[in-house]
Amino acid sequence: MQQSEFLNVVMPFKDKLFRLAKRLLVSTQEAEDATQEILLKLWSKKKVMDSYNNVEAFAMTMTKNFCLDRLKSKQANNLKLVHSNYAEENSGLQKQLEAKDSVGWVQRIMEELPEQQKLVLQLRDVEEYDFDEISQMLDMQPTAVRVALSRARKAVREKLVQKHRYGIG
Amino acid sequence: MESAKIEELLEKYFEATATVAEEETLRKYFNQESVATHLKTYAPMFQYFSSAKNERFTKQIPLKPRKNYLKWAAVAAVTILAIGVYMNWSSGTGTEDPWEGQYTQAEIESAQEALAMLGMNFQKGTEQLYHLEKFEETTNKFLIKE
Repeated sequence: MQQSEFLNVVMPFKDKLFRLAKRLLVSTQEAEDATQEILLKLWSKKKVMDSYNNVEAFAMTMTKNFCLDRLKSKQANNLKLVHSNYAEENSGLQKQLEAKDSVGWVQRIMEELPEQQKLVLQLRDVEEYDFDEISQMLDMQPTAVRVALSRARKAVREKLVQKHRYGIG
Repeated sequence: MESAKIEELLEKYFEATATVAEEETLRKYFNQESVATHLKTYAPMFQYFSSAKNERFTKQIPLKPRKNYLKWAAVAAVTILAIGVYMNWSSGTGTEDPWEGQYTQAEIESAQEALAMLGMNFQKGTEQLYHLEKFEETTNKFLIKE
């Protein structure tokens, strides 16, 4: 497989990999590094890539596993970086979100969710995958995906309602 | 769109039984200006999901395979070393006695005798040269005095 051919395969979903990585790792820098790492891994596997029936789902699973490993090793090293304190100057989106503060809340609420709920919410509500794809990516039963998604959405709603009621940002 | 329908969709949404298309309808509804007041609470959720989708991966993809020059250097070094050792070893066995069989014992002995004589005479000659050195020393003394 040539480089251009590989890029054609990878281009449509590289942003999705990045967003998933960022959802889990929070920091933009780390998410970029993770995405690069995943793409390089895919590139090194290019010879067998044709045998995967769904490269995109495979890449998403790889990203998920990679990021979870990262998080685990970080906890093992007792290195807890609180990325949510960082102001990301170069991210236009960040500023945009800061302007619409209540929209920014949702991001912070999502950061507090358990990893599995984060994943499901990201894949469904941001990337709009259907349940079969998500269950394939996360290696879960479709019903389990549904339950996790429902819980995640309700958790976000609950926190959002709370914030609205007390008006505390 | 009437808010009753949206409420119904929201119900399905939170039970996670809504289809992708229905969720798309909700996202569209909450991203427009006129949202019913009692539903405003949910608006940030859908607005956030829509805006989060716009984030892009902007870094370059370094696809050039990381070439391992060091590995090939090691291979070359080992090859050269192996050739060197082999050549040295094979030629070393040849130099044990290159003259064997070419000369008889008597010939070798006479040659050794001749070389010994040459050495003795050469030493005599150098002894004579010592006197010459003494001579030069004395002349130098005179030259410096003048």
